[in-house]
Amino acid sequence: MKFTLSWLKTHLDTEADVSTIAKALNEIGLEVEAIEDPAKDLQGFVVAEIVSAEQHPNADRLRVCMVNAGGAPLQVVCGAQNARAGLKTVLGVPGLTVPANGMVLKLSAIRGVESRGMLCSAEELNIQAESDGIVELPKQTPVGMPAAQALGRTDPVIEIAVTPNRGDALGIRGIARDLAAKGLGHLKPLPAPQIKTGDIKAPNLVIEAPEVTRGFALCRINGVKNGPSPAWLADRLTSIGLRPINCLVDVTNLFTHDRNRPLHVFDANKVHGDLVVRRARDAETLLALDGRTYTLDQTMAVIADDRGPESLAGIMGGEASGCDEHTTDVLVECALWEPLNIAQTGRKLGIHSDARHRFERSVDPASLREGLEQAIAMIQDLCGGIASPLTIVGQRQNPPALIDFPHQEIKRLTGIEMERAEAESILAALGFQTKPTPEGWRVTPPSWREDVEGKADLVEEVVRIAGLDRLPKTPLPKTTHISQSQLTRDQIRRTQVRRSLAARGALEAITWSFIPQQDAKMFGGGQPELALINPIAADLANMRPSLIPSLSRTLQKNADRGQTEAVLFEVGQIFLGTKPNDQVTAATMVRRGTSGVRGAGRHWLGHASKVTAFDAKADALAIVHAAGFPAERVEIVQGGPSWAHPGQSGTLKIGRDVIGAFGLLHPLVAESLGLDAETVAAEVILEKLPLSKPKPTKAKPALLLSALQPVHRDFAFLAPKTLKASELMKAVTGADKKLVTNVDIFDVYAGQGVPEGFISVALRVTLQPLNATLSEAEIDTVSKAIVAAAKSVGAELRQ
Amino acid sequence: MTHDLATLLIQAQNEMSQAADEAALELVRVAWVGKKGHITELLKTLGTLPPEERREQGAAINQLKVGFDEAYQQRKAILKASALDEKLARETVDVTRPAWPNALAQGRIHPVSQVTEEITAIFADLGFAVAEGPDIETDHYNFTALNFPEAHPAREMHDTFFLPSEDGERRLLRTHTSPVQIRTMEAKKPPIRVIIPGRTYRCDSDQTHTPMFHQVEGLVIEEGANLGQLRWVLEEFCKAFFEVPQVEMRFRPSFFPFTEPSLEVDIRCRREGGDIRFGEGDDWLEILGCGMVHPNVLKNGGLDPDHVQGYAWGMGIDRLAMLKYGLPDLRAFFEGDVRWLRHYGFLPFDIPSLVTGLSS
Repeated sequence: MKFTLSWLKTHLDTEADVSTIAKALNEIGLEVEAIEDPAKDLQGFVVAEIVSAEQHPNADRLRVCMVNAGGAPLQVVCGAQNARAGLKTVLGVPGLTVPANGMVLKLSAIRGVESRGMLCSAEELNIQAESDGIVELPKQTPVGMPAAQALGRTDPVIEIAVTPNRGDALGIRGIARDLAAKGLGHLKPLPAPQIKTGDIKAPNLVIEAPEVTRGFALCRINGVKNGPSPAWLADRLTSIGLRPINCLVDVTNLFTHDRNRPLHVFDANKVHGDLVVRRARDAETLLALDGRTYTLDQTMAVIADDRGPESLAGIMGGEASGCDEHTTDVLVECALWEPLNIAQTGRKLGIHSDARHRFERSVDPASLREGLEQAIAMIQDLCGGIASPLTIVGQRQNPPALIDFPHQEIKRLTGIEMERAEAESILAALGFQTKPTPEGWRVTPPSWREDVEGKADLVEEVVRIAGLDRLPKTPLPKTTHISQSQLTRDQIRRTQVRRSLAARGALEAITWSFIPQQDAKMFGGGQPELALINPIAADLANMRPSLIPSLSRTLQKNADRGQTEAVLFEVGQIFLGTKPNDQVTAATMVRRGTSGVRGAGRHWLGHASKVTAFDAKADALAIVHAAGFPAERVEIVQGGPSWAHPGQSGTLKIGRDVIGAFGLLHPLVAESLGLDAETVAAEVILEKLPLSKPKPTKAKPALLLSALQPVHRDFAFLAPKTLKASELMKAVTGADKKLVTNVDIFDVYAGQGVPEGFISVALRVTLQPLNATLSEAEIDTVSKAIVAAAKSVGAELRQ
Repeated sequence: MTHDLATLLIQAQNEMSQAADEAALELVRVAWVGKKGHITELLKTLGTLPPEERREQGAAINQLKVGFDEAYQQRKAILKASALDEKLARETVDVTRPAWPNALAQGRIHPVSQVTEEITAIFADLGFAVAEGPDIETDHYNFTALNFPEAHPAREMHDTFFLPSEDGERRLLRTHTSPVQIRTMEAKKPPIRVIIPGRTYRCDSDQTHTPMFHQVEGLVIEEGANLGQLRWVLEEFCKAFFEVPQVEMRFRPSFFPFTEPSLEVDIRCRREGGDIRFGEGDDWLEILGCGMVHPNVLKNGGLDPDHVQGYAWGMGIDRLAMLKYGLPDLRAFFEGDVRWLRHYGFLPFDIPSLVTGLSS
């Protein structure tokens, strides 16, 4: 919302300068976005008189002028056709910058003749889009006067942001009222409209769609003389960036901005038959005043005549019935439209008009008659004519709101102590009527403040005018003297996993929650209910079922930039469905190339090898461990989800629950993701890890230490390739559940000496004696049991 | 000792000092005190001597042996030491060669996680719990229950991502963390003190907007909750968060459908180049929006607005991170450029705490 200081002053009697006004606007909630001082660019440019203009000796189209700008006469070379003796115009001297093009003026010689400045055109001064010749000022303009003043460019333009609840502040009068309430002057009364009426008949008004309008007022004025607006009106519109069109149209635009009262004018002689407010018919079209043709449908409201739609109700008029300089009889429309319909129609058609902007917020319902009368009076004043009586139909008014407003409410909600009298006077200045009650007041908001519905709104009104700097600073009482943990265990666990993975050498990334559909599908997602209807780009369209695709692509992008040695992780939400419980937290780590836990690349101490499923497995178990769950209680099942290499991946399970997976990415998946190096991933769903039951005491179980040394024995077995290591280890552990406390594989070998289809597996078994040191015989017995157990699953002791 | 024996000792000492290593010394030892060594042989002659002479000669030979042993031990120690010196010299490596790289030291925490933990640490101290809610919301929780009228321009200001409707209700990605206000009121009776950090979405993308960003919401519903208390909470928070001794805030009236009165808050600052200093200067920077919870929102949360009151505020976590740590470009937050993550990320053990100071 833009306005100039002088325009504001047509409503506000004030001495305040622009900075005082800007400060007050910010304080009362009309946030200043910009203040534009048009005089700033013109600083230094002055009014000068051309004393003489002679032909340039060396150029046909140039003139050599002697110019009087108050000091000694200056010689200036000028190319304008209208440079002539006696003309008052604008002079720029060396050192100044031409506003339109940023050129700095210099003392120069033009075709051999010295020029001590430039005579300027309106275009060069940025006050008109184009101009013919240099500025021509009235003869009586004093020489030496600042150009800004002579050109009427001294009026600062203020732009404010108006919040959606404040339709009234979309009219300059509403802004003036707020400022007057703030104490910056007095709101000037509006003159009573003087209207000349005669025996003229306006067309019949038919409301076929009463649900779209809250009232429609119409008047016909015959015998108007339309044409360019007087300078004051044209200048006023220009000052806020509007283009003057003709007097009748300009009056409607003035009312839109001055009073937040959009109007429309039809050329009465281009309207045929009754005016009907109705729904558009499907596929009806309207050539609107913006020169574009819109195809309408039955959700939209139009004002139509016998020929069809003449105007898109409350949004934009039609070209066919528009007013031009030939208009002699005019229909002035002043209506109220249902905001919802205006908003939906405007959005559907993509029209952002000043009228739509206002009708979808709020327009004062009481302005139906008053606004129309004021407009008729101004049209008659500027264009003459005789008016018909007003026709007002379909008026629906909400009963005035009555709000019980306890005085105490101000303190209850804000902590501000405010005398009754002060609150009362603020409300009165804003146009609220108050009737005292024992607790406070019964308040009726003014017709232009339909947004005020309850006592909280009234609190806002009084404190925004009284000043929010009066808010006290009241400490929040402590609930406990010593702060207690406020986080849930799920929240704590996420932090612990995040920090553990960073401590494992990985960088935490945060990637988009939405990914390309093909990625989502490869990782078990891509359901239609998880696809955005209006994605910002096709590759940000589906809610992610996994963090692996984005992290893998991100690693690739980094590698493309030469950053090949990095490990990424993310702890974040994934979406298995649309319900709140379908959103779970994945902790995901992705490695590629040779970026193992010890580092990547070649080193004189030893080269890093390519990452394998076992790097990912270690990461997966590290996540489980960091989340506080014993990793040894997780079962590893051969084979992972479809995104993984079927032979080099695994699934993590606790009982029947799948809690995660790890492995090398499937070559087809890797190809589809555009990955050019082996990539492995581990992903664990944190919510699937059971939380340990809270214990009544923090004490740890007692530590039981054996005084007896453990015994280690190594075994090498020849096992068929199909035998899972986990099975062999399980069998060996089971050989003597009391004595065998640990089994580890320290070597796996295939090749010379090992038959085809077999591998050699070397195990180290730890035996923990219970009561006494083990005798050779006892060790022998256990060893035999171990060998037998291995044999039972198909592994033979190697000789 | 007789002259002969003394000469023998000198001879033995000479042989020992000529021994270049422990093996040569051993040969000398065997030659003198071995089974057939010179001194051993001398001792064997004692038996042939008359008793008188024997005692005298015995003592003398014994003295020779003691002298020999002493010299032997000395020489042996010297040879052993020099052998060790040689061994150590041989074992020298060039320790200026690079060691194993410290791959674990590469890990970093993303600034958004770090700052979220900082915010949490401050508010936890004031007795706030952390509440959470889903990213995929219904129209009801994101708008209707928060007092956004149907098709109101305020709804349009939130450029919303929509998902297909289910069970007749429109699904969307939450445009703010405020839906969790309603979910919290439904789940828990006052007094309520929560902060609600989380991801939020708007279909908007340019220099300063990304389609996904992070917000933190605060909600207090309890007796005595008013704008004066909100002012104190926000000022204390900003002091603690920006780690400055004082801040100055400016409150401006504003509009949000879910608060009444509604305010926007600016913080006094000074801009120097790319740096922003708080608590000084003549500039103002908008940092958050807040207000008293709208009576309709309290009603929608099942509370009676005539007897229960509360306030709420919301601010951008990404923006707070940018302001505090001088991160220039929001878009870089979600690009995963490892150079950016290494530079702006935090060490895994820089855990924000009010005890150790929020940041190191």
